[in-house]
Amino acid sequence: MPATATGRALHEALAHITGPRWVRSRPGELKAFESDGLPGHRSLPGLAVLPGSRRELEAVLRLLHTAGIPFVARGAGTGLSGGALAGGHAVLVVLTRLNRILRLDPATRRAVVEPGVVNARLSEAAAPYGLHYAPDPSSQSACTIGGNVAENAGGPHCLKYGVTTNHVTALTVLLPDGSTTLLGSPSGEPWGPDLVGLFTGSEGMFGVAVEITVRLTPVPPAIRTMLAAFPTVRSASEAVSAIIAAGIVPAALEMMDQALCRAVESSIYAAGYPTDAAAVLLVEVDGQPASVEAESAAAEAILRAHGAGEVRTASTPADRARLWQGRKKAFGAMGRVTRDLLVQDAVVPRTALPGILDRIAEIGAEHRLTICNVFHAGDGNLHPNICFDARDPGESARVTRASREIMEACIAAGGTITGEHGVGSDKLPFMDLLFPAESLRMMCDVRRVFDPGGRANPGKVIPVRHCREWRAGGVT
Amino acid sequence: VNERIARQLRELLGEAAVERTADDLPRVLPGSTEAVAATCAAAHASGWRVRVEGHGSWLPPDAPADVVISTAGLNQVTRIDAADLVATAQAGAPLARLQLALAAEGMWLPIDPPGRPRRSIGSVVATGTAGPLRHRHGPVRDQVLGCTIVTGDGRVVQAGGRVGKNVAGYDLVKLQAGGFGAFGIMTELHLRLRALPAWEMTLVAQGERDSLTLLARELRDANLDAAAIELLSPAVADHSSWVLGVRVAGTADAVWPAIERGEQLMGHGTSILTREQATPFWQTASRAMGGGMVALRFGVLPDGLDETLDLLHQRVGLGLVSAGAAEGGLRWCGESDVPTMRELRQRLAAREVPVTLERAPWRIRRITGHFGLYREGVAPLVGQLRRQFDPGDLLQVALDADDDLG
Repeated sequence: MPATATGRALHEALAHITGPRWVRSRPGELKAFESDGLPGHRSLPGLAVLPGSRRELEAVLRLLHTAGIPFVARGAGTGLSGGALAGGHAVLVVLTRLNRILRLDPATRRAVVEPGVVNARLSEAAAPYGLHYAPDPSSQSACTIGGNVAENAGGPHCLKYGVTTNHVTALTVLLPDGSTTLLGSPSGEPWGPDLVGLFTGSEGMFGVAVEITVRLTPVPPAIRTMLAAFPTVRSASEAVSAIIAAGIVPAALEMMDQALCRAVESSIYAAGYPTDAAAVLLVEVDGQPASVEAESAAAEAILRAHGAGEVRTASTPADRARLWQGRKKAFGAMGRVTRDLLVQDAVVPRTALPGILDRIAEIGAEHRLTICNVFHAGDGNLHPNICFDARDPGESARVTRASREIMEACIAAGGTITGEHGVGSDKLPFMDLLFPAESLRMMCDVRRVFDPGGRANPGKVIPVRHCREWRAGGVT
Repeated sequence: VNERIARQLRELLGEAAVERTADDLPRVLPGSTEAVAATCAAAHASGWRVRVEGHGSWLPPDAPADVVISTAGLNQVTRIDAADLVATAQAGAPLARLQLALAAEGMWLPIDPPGRPRRSIGSVVATGTAGPLRHRHGPVRDQVLGCTIVTGDGRVVQAGGRVGKNVAGYDLVKLQAGGFGAFGIMTELHLRLRALPAWEMTLVAQGERDSLTLLARELRDANLDAAAIELLSPAVADHSSWVLGVRVAGTADAVWPAIERGEQLMGHGTSILTREQATPFWQTASRAMGGGMVALRFGVLPDGLDETLDLLHQRVGLGLVSAGAAEGGLRWCGESDVPTMRELRQRLAAREVPVTLERAPWRIRRITGHFGLYREGVAPLVGQLRRQFDPGDLLQVALDADDDLG
């Protein structure tokens, strides 16, 4: 009979590997791992184990493999897709203690880190060399690089610098059976088919990355941030298109709608954002001082030509931080005006933005929900924030229906259901809307190459009916 | 046998869709993903070995097979959405034609592969052959948002999507870019565009090889935001000495300061080429790198460049060389043999430098393989992944080394 994740013997075997302090089984202890950053998905793992070294992690995975027990790898738990949740039958493997920066080489602009290294800490460590780690999810002060790799995380500055997958050059991976595989090379040349690219964004279902080699990027010598207020979302969107068509590649191009600006301004994070504008754009240009000077002037002219009533400009770190404050603290500010907040994630072709925002407003009205929008306008990546009270089952049900309608609208507009948060549990119901069955079957088959037992983060990303074991059962 | 197969294919796809290759094989020119899928399904059912050809202008079309599938009939630029920075093209669309269509819309695909301009986009992506623009724009895979794949047994799989940011499902696109066609046949690709740079200039310095590699690293540290910093051997640059080309592209506001700073660092004797003057310079280099019987790609970082070039100098000579001297990456073309390539692979593996065989006649690549030498734990994964995409093992791609033949 297979062991279960709550078995006494398993607890003892894990404690033997990590020391008893690092195995958690009491419900009170496990509560901390019950959810991630997204409300609505909760699940208590059978056990949680926090290995303190790669060797311990390997031993844990081998033990679970031998016992046939599923596991879920987890970083800081800041994800927004219900991806790093484990059920009672599974062991949660928490990687936050694997938090060493193993190498940082300014000459080659590479760093090798363990998965539990916090994103912002790597940039801090690289700062003395004039370098930073470019992907900057909003949760960067807490989220881990391992989690970023699992989700292929993005961030505001990914418009110019690319997402996680563009910055990972090599991975040492423990497969779910505990065996080691070395993917990629320091240069980024894949050394075979691009398995680093395939692994990145596999949401913890292919194995656990224990050493991650990333590119470091020079800190730009000059940065200028502009905040522009627009009378309509459409005019702001057209300004975004015009800036890009002019060949300017801003480091960031962020938009916030009126509801969001009002929420920010009514909170302790008030940043002086105009509350009478339909949309506020944050545009950041970076590079050599002379080109930043000229390109930001050109961008400002474009903003004004497209109807920006007001353009504020900041160059010093303190002034820039003030302009960014409302954007960076948007989710915190929303927390002051609503009990629960569902941060959605979807992408549409950039030209579809005005239409999709109208549609989201309609959906909000139909379901009697307040929806605020903050988004990476440069790449059409939307984050509709749905305000609700999770204690109200009726309202929660309306949130679920509204989410689905938003996803359907984004797919109909030629977009996708997630740009940077991942599928996890939350987007599972929408995968069928996006991909034909044959494509989902192929994803299952690819997953089985890495994890034949289907034990790594089971039940996420691909609806199980597309997978072979389900098909073989004759249930269709 | 060939005639029987040809007859079956004509019944399946129509008279006009089947022709004969120079080596007397039936070649089909499907005009749609469905026709590719039908061909693969028929091949799978009958156990026919399949060779995939583009325009035959990079990899020689010489793999032994029972049927040849050409993407030459899939040559349309399907759709350009300039404001969304996305284009869709069929796999057989020649890159030069795609770039022309994009330029008409003020758009640009920042890929400048070695070889002839008529190379198909499918060939460029499948072989992952980036050129000097990899300095700023990264490897070819970074420009591919999604694609349609036909598996070896005729299934149609959608990978990725048509938007700039997308993490829905596993990233199967990555297996296609640089997979040499071992993981199915791409029929259509969605590509990430950039605005066509309004301004462009190229700085050219000439001199000794090692002084130029040093200069390249200084230029890197100056953070010029150059589009390319490429070291070219004399034969590639069509010049009497080694050449360092620095391509700067963007708005006039960004290009001028970078050119001024670059010129300062590069010193006297640096030529400044306008876009019109620079076009033949870069085209000459690309075409030159289509020469030689063998093309090898080295995943080397800038600090290992001199050492790698020294090794190549000793073992195979430095005829045709083009190297990303500031961000890494090196391509060598010329004549070589199996034992020499094997030795290069072994010696460079010890320095964590992968060596990919990008181009060679079948008689060489079937032995050395495109990849040949894998790191710990990778070979079984690659083998099993291939089986998912080609369960009959019919797509004739020499991914791995055949040690039995060595």
